[in-house]
Amino acid sequence: MAPSAGPVSGSRSLLSRLREGDEIARIITFLFAASVVLITLLLVYDLWQDSVLPRHKFGFHFFVTSVWDPIFDQFGALPFIYGTLVTAGVSLLLAVPLGLGAAIFLAELAPARVSDTLEFFIDLLAAVPSVIYGLLGVFIVVPLMREYIQPGLKKTLGFLPLFSGPGYGVGFLTAGIVLAIMVIPYIISVSREVLLSVPRDQREAALGLGATRWESTWRVVVPFARTGIMGSIFLALARALGETMAVTMVIGNTPTISASLFSPGYSIAAVIANEFTEATGDLYLQSLIELGLVLFLLTFILNGLARILIIVTSQRGSGVGHA
Amino acid sequence: MNARLRWRKFVSGFMLSMTGVCAFIAVSVLFFILGYLVYHGGTSVNWNFFTKLPAPVGESGGGMANAIVGSAKLLALATLIGVPIGFFGAIYLAEFSGSAVAFVVRYAADLLNGVPSIVIGIFAYALVVLPVKHFSTLAGGFALGLMMIPITLRSTEEFLLAVPNALREAAMALGASKWKTIATVIVPAAYRGILTAVLLAFARVAGETAPLLFTAFGNRFWSPGWGQPTASLPVMIFTYAIAPYEDWHRQAWAAGLVLLGLILVINIVARAILARGIAVPRT
Repeated sequence: MAPSAGPVSGSRSLLSRLREGDEIARIITFLFAASVVLITLLLVYDLWQDSVLPRHKFGFHFFVTSVWDPIFDQFGALPFIYGTLVTAGVSLLLAVPLGLGAAIFLAELAPARVSDTLEFFIDLLAAVPSVIYGLLGVFIVVPLMREYIQPGLKKTLGFLPLFSGPGYGVGFLTAGIVLAIMVIPYIISVSREVLLSVPRDQREAALGLGATRWESTWRVVVPFARTGIMGSIFLALARALGETMAVTMVIGNTPTISASLFSPGYSIAAVIANEFTEATGDLYLQSLIELGLVLFLLTFILNGLARILIIVTSQRGSGVGHA
Repeated sequence: MNARLRWRKFVSGFMLSMTGVCAFIAVSVLFFILGYLVYHGGTSVNWNFFTKLPAPVGESGGGMANAIVGSAKLLALATLIGVPIGFFGAIYLAEFSGSAVAFVVRYAADLLNGVPSIVIGIFAYALVVLPVKHFSTLAGGFALGLMMIPITLRSTEEFLLAVPNALREAAMALGASKWKTIATVIVPAAYRGILTAVLLAFARVAGETAPLLFTAFGNRFWSPGWGQPTASLPVMIFTYAIAPYEDWHRQAWAAGLVLLGLILVINIVARAILARGIAVPRT
């Protein structure tokens, strides 16, 4: 794909290329490109190297114990991992139906102009910084949860352990809701692109067989694009797992493992944000860095999967359709 | 029309209108956020906000002048780090490299782009803060700069690749060397796209908070030079929002409004620049 130096510069001697500056330009730009790789490698190496103490001391126990006690130098990450997974899970449960629905509307129903305009707003929404979501979370979502939503859920679904216990406003559910609002734009943008790349004849074939508009969308177009939609969901999940500020501000910052979604909790990113500057002692600091490493690996895997899925569908969409 | 068909038509109409509702909800969040920020913060965005230092704890009034200047310094530094690496790296990818090297660089950039911002903060802390043992503007700018690299690199590359090959061939046929072709033909042809890419990267890091928490840290006073901890708008919003003082909340709203306004304006300008430029393939 990249237009390479090709025969034009290849046929000249090294000396003339040096004099004309081509070789110099090549070397200089190469150094910049190489520095990107170098920085990334350094980041991985650094995370690994700076978390050596807890890895040696706790080993695998780090992930399955739940005592987080800086005074006695005991560090177990289970409550943080639990909180991260639960909040991300809740956020996806809310964001996927809403995001997918909106994407279907934008890709299948809305006229191109309307769709592009709405997509413009969705892109702007994706640009809103997380600390702003946190701000609105603290002053709007948390009081709303405490006054209305949590008592309401308790009254109607309180028999479920999920919705039991006192509602403080902050907690897993609140963090999940705020996260959902944050990741919806990602799901919409990517799913819309994927849905738009589904070939026309798929729709026409379904409609020609007598399917209603919805049946053609839901039974033909969406399944055709499902790998790409999965990709958008993984992308959103990676965002949700790594999200720091908004979660820190509404999750309650208490390392608990509780079946109740009302309970205040903690997440990996939040504990790093709150305790990193106060961490006294190498083991404490390195335990936090190991949490960072965990977060890095999780998002690394999810982003990789997402990219593969999105590439696979968009290739299938444009490839099969015109064959 | 039998009952079954009527039912299917009803389901179709109902579900399709539900997707419309979903789209409406998603888009209305943006206006809700904007409206709320204007409602709560609008009256507090005044002369004091831009010119005064934060008032001592317990006193009301004061402003965020130091945070605004701090953010400007951090972003200037980030741009100085992120844009050259992204820009020249992209030129290498689009114009010089073979496919194997390009794959490695792209992969590294995508990986870096996916790293949670808090982890970028840890990295900057280990690399810049630890050796000198204190927080600094330098460390914060470095962290933000790292985040700008992959965004600038990947989109600049795309815009360079979108320049038609005929332009390259024409310049070279006239005897221009490769770097001259790049500097005088290709980059000018793609400059709108590149400008958009840089602006979007800038807007993206302007609101980042997590990587600044333990690099730039915070400061209630002016931060002279580059070696001191500094206040920044996003971190101020965070600390003020979770503090128990009514007056701080008011200022957090104001800071939120200013920050979001800045980011949205940059986004809109960036897209307007692109819309008026050459047509490029959507990605």
